[in-house]
Amino acid sequence: MNLRLYLWQRGTAALLAPLILIHLAVIFYATRQGLTAADILSRTRGSIAWALFYGAFVAAAAIHAAIGLRNILAEWGGLGGRTLAFCAVGFGLALALLGLRAVAAVVLP
Amino acid sequence: MAGTAHREPARPDLAVSIWRGDAGGAYADYRVPQRANQTVLDIVTFVQREIDPGLSYRFSCRVGMCGSCAMTVNGRPRWTCRTHVSKVAKNGRLTIGPLANLPVIKDLATDMAPFFQKWQAAKGVFSPSKTRHDAIEPIKPSSPERVAADAGVECINCGVCYAACDTVAWNADYLGPAALNRAWTLVNDVRDTGGKERLRAVSAAGGCHACHTHQSCQQHCPATLNPTASIAGLKRATVQAWLKGEIEP
Ligand code: SF4
Ligand code: SF4
Ligand code: FES
Repeated sequence: MNLRLYLWQRGTAALLAPLILIHLAVIFYATRQGLTAADILSRTRGSIAWALFYGAFVAAAAIHAAIGLRNILAEWGGLGGRTLAFCAVGFGLALALLGLRAVAAVVLP
Repeated sequence: MAGTAHREPARPDLAVSIWRGDAGGAYADYRVPQRANQTVLDIVTFVQREIDPGLSYRFSCRVGMCGSCAMTVNGRPRWTCRTHVSKVAKNGRLTIGPLANLPVIKDLATDMAPFFQKWQAAKGVFSPSKTRHDAIEPIKPSSPERVAADAGVECINCGVCYAACDTVAWNADYLGPAALNRAWTLVNDVRDTGGKERLRAVSAAGGCHACHTHQSCQQHCPATLNPTASIAGLKRATVQAWLKGEIEP
């Protein structure tokens, strides 16, 4: 890991910490209040705030996890060079794609 | 009985296994008489003097100053001249091998070149700001920079931390705890002029940001230094230098 990857990893971690707490609070709220899927969708559909919140969450998680996986593949898997970059970037993109698809499913009107 | 000199109680011999050969070698077994206050280095010396003069190992000062006697003792890296057998022998057995994470030359002697090359790569060399013709710069021992430098400066270059660090084992480029600890003492040396270059050097792949903070180095350092804390200091210093635009990420 170099300084650039370190800054990205620590930066996304700092962003994720409050986002995860809010995410957990939202889960508790939704289950405690017994919200149905329809209730939840009525609140999230068309909401720019929820789109931004979970969009940022997915982006930060994808970057953070990709850098972590890159370290594991380099240190434990012995990968390096292009293969390493390809695996890490591919994993990050896949996470971002899956996450953003899920966000789109709940926020698009 | 009055007048009888104090005698050591008879002890059973130690069963000692010592690495012989290069990386493709094997452990050989020896029996070594036990003595009071015996060190692991005493054991190795006994084997060389009394059993097999072909045994290769390094030592110099025998008092924990020179850093040349480090070996792997019962699985852990240690300075052997100050490690008492009574503290480390398990059921009368000792296994003594060369330091890990370094190429084995022969028996207990490792090639320390990669260790010192990384010391250079981390810019662990003092760059003076003055010449011999200038007056000596007064440094306050209580200044925060000097306190930080003093905390890491007593390194004896023994390589114990380097052998104890998993990240060194996993990442061939990793500069390792000793080199980075040295870099940190120089970052805090107000007389030094190599600051930016050094922060750049420790910010590259294999620099301080590769450290996992698992503190194995601190746990094993015989000089009770804390390279983990020094590396954390480097991480902070590099981020601050980046924020100030002094180094590129
Ligand atoms: S704290 Fe860092 S330098 Fe020390 S043993 Fe762990 S990875 Fe190695
Ligand atoms: S930091 Fe400690 S263990 Fe590492 S080389 Fe220096 S004295 Fe030895
Ligand atoms: S012989 Fe010098 S430190 Fe052990």
